[in-house]
Amino acid sequence: MNALRKLLDKMKPTFSEGGKLSMFRSVFDGFETFLFVPNATSKSGAHIHDANDSKRLMIMVVIALMPALLFGMYNVGYQHYLAIGQLATTGFWTLFWFGFLAVLPKIIVSYLVGLGIEFTVAQWKGEEIHEGFLVSGMLIPMIVPVECPLWIMAIATAFAVVFAKEIFGGTGMNIVNVALVARAFLFFSYPTKMSGDNVWVRTDGILGLGDGNVIDGFTGATPLGQVGSALESQVQVTDIAGQASSTLDAVIGLIPGSIGETSVIAIALGAILLLVTRVASWKTMLSVFAGGALTAYLFNVSGIDTAVANLPWYQHLIYGGFCFGAVFMATDPVTSARTEAGKWIYGFMVGFMAITIRVLNPGYPEGMMLAILLLNVCAPLIDHCVVQANISKRLKRAKSINQ
Amino acid sequence: MGLFSKQNKEVFATPLLNNNPVTVQILGICSALAVTAKLGPALVMGISVTIILALANVVISLLRNTIPNRIRIIVQLVVVAALVTIVSLILKAFVYDVSVQLSVYVGLIITNCILMGRLEAFAMANKPWASLLDGLGNGFGYAIILVIVAFFRELLGSGTLMGYQVIPEAVYNAGYMNNGLMILPPMALILLGCIIWVQRAKNPEL
Repeated sequence: MNALRKLLDKMKPTFSEGGKLSMFRSVFDGFETFLFVPNATSKSGAHIHDANDSKRLMIMVVIALMPALLFGMYNVGYQHYLAIGQLATTGFWTLFWFGFLAVLPKIIVSYLVGLGIEFTVAQWKGEEIHEGFLVSGMLIPMIVPVECPLWIMAIATAFAVVFAKEIFGGTGMNIVNVALVARAFLFFSYPTKMSGDNVWVRTDGILGLGDGNVIDGFTGATPLGQVGSALESQVQVTDIAGQASSTLDAVIGLIPGSIGETSVIAIALGAILLLVTRVASWKTMLSVFAGGALTAYLFNVSGIDTAVANLPWYQHLIYGGFCFGAVFMATDPVTSARTEAGKWIYGFMVGFMAITIRVLNPGYPEGMMLAILLLNVCAPLIDHCVVQANISKRLKRAKSINQ
Repeated sequence: MGLFSKQNKEVFATPLLNNNPVTVQILGICSALAVTAKLGPALVMGISVTIILALANVVISLLRNTIPNRIRIIVQLVVVAALVTIVSLILKAFVYDVSVQLSVYVGLIITNCILMGRLEAFAMANKPWASLLDGLGNGFGYAIILVIVAFFRELLGSGTLMGYQVIPEAVYNAGYMNNGLMILPPMALILLGCIIWVQRAKNPEL
């Protein structure tokens, strides 16, 4: 650590005002504050000091994402070898290595494009580099299907960073979740690469690893895809090889889906970290699940006789991106409601909308993305109403005391 | 005052850029979003609006001293409606396909805010020749923006221009895909926003 500090101190004059590389000041500054908590304090006014700053906060979210990412890599390999019928003869590390090779390029592309734009903008405007993309850059690869081509991911990332974040004023000013905008862009621009039955499982080998032909009876549909397109009113969810798939499989995460979203256990580990460190609000998180469970239960007993309405409420919560969205997306402190009462309303509405879209719109088997984006837009309105209600309540009380 | 005096030139030229009805006055957005998925209809729409706006401006300018002030909006609407009906029938007669693609939006030119705006703000107070120039200028200003937006939407959304395929098949075989969002109206709004962004970045006075 000391060696690193000394190295940075030695390099500092070169990048400071008047130094040889002063034009890259913001880049250097970005790295320095990333590695060490900045030593600068405010000179005027009253301030609350905390060891935590937004870079530390963001890193906490990235760490919380790790279990889901690592399991996602393993699951990519698992689904691939299941698809080519070699699962029984392949070891754990081969599965993981295959998934690692499939996912790594996505992470690299996402960070290269996003940070490239952030660095350029910061350099160009002479501002500090915003740290917000640390989390978005990790989220984007985790919410796309494994077969999503890299070039469209690059376009979507660039679109999201520019149009969802930079034009609103950068990190902390965005109205909607940047990673979800990237996903929504992909979803509406290239629907064949973002939905359907052919994108969730990687069927080709990578660099000679995992070559093989897809087995007979292969179907790449996700559980929600199967339920959503089912014509009968009850459906037995199967895995990609056509065998029955249990609820336990979905909890562990051995089902096809976007890279990071499948495992409830891995997401729960991240959720615990976020809640213990208080990065995410437990109110938002809990109310998303409450809203989703209640809505799904109401559809269960509503008498609507489609497979997706009949899907038990607890399966609604574990299939698809519901858990991932509830833990990592809906709780985004920038785009969610900020008032305490508002968090309950916001979270509940996210859960309600997600399940409602799933059940009532046959075109979209998954509704979590659209639900969160919709409520992101409504969050300032919710906050406004909560604040106004509080003001009028206190006014009333003040009047009754004065009388 | 000469026909091409400096003042008259300005009347014609400012709506093209610095006082563009779409990007500066933010008028006529609805039709700019609706008809710009393909370049052809956007071009026809731009020309139609230009012709209607120029003629309506001239007619209203000629009548400006005889129109009673209290019913001027109705008179303006009648003039515009008559012109729109004529253009609509001409389109149906000679370019039926385009007319089908434009569907109700030709009829909705009547309610296009640019028309009412120019008639109220300019034709009611100026002579016919200046009004004609003003109508042409604003019409072209509207058409330019429509064509720019439609150019990018058709190129990136369908890979074609005026219906001809521009992006070669080899590029598609290499994995390129058309952007479905470009066909949807939200992207027209974003492209329009980009044009406004570029324009205001170039000219901070706006």
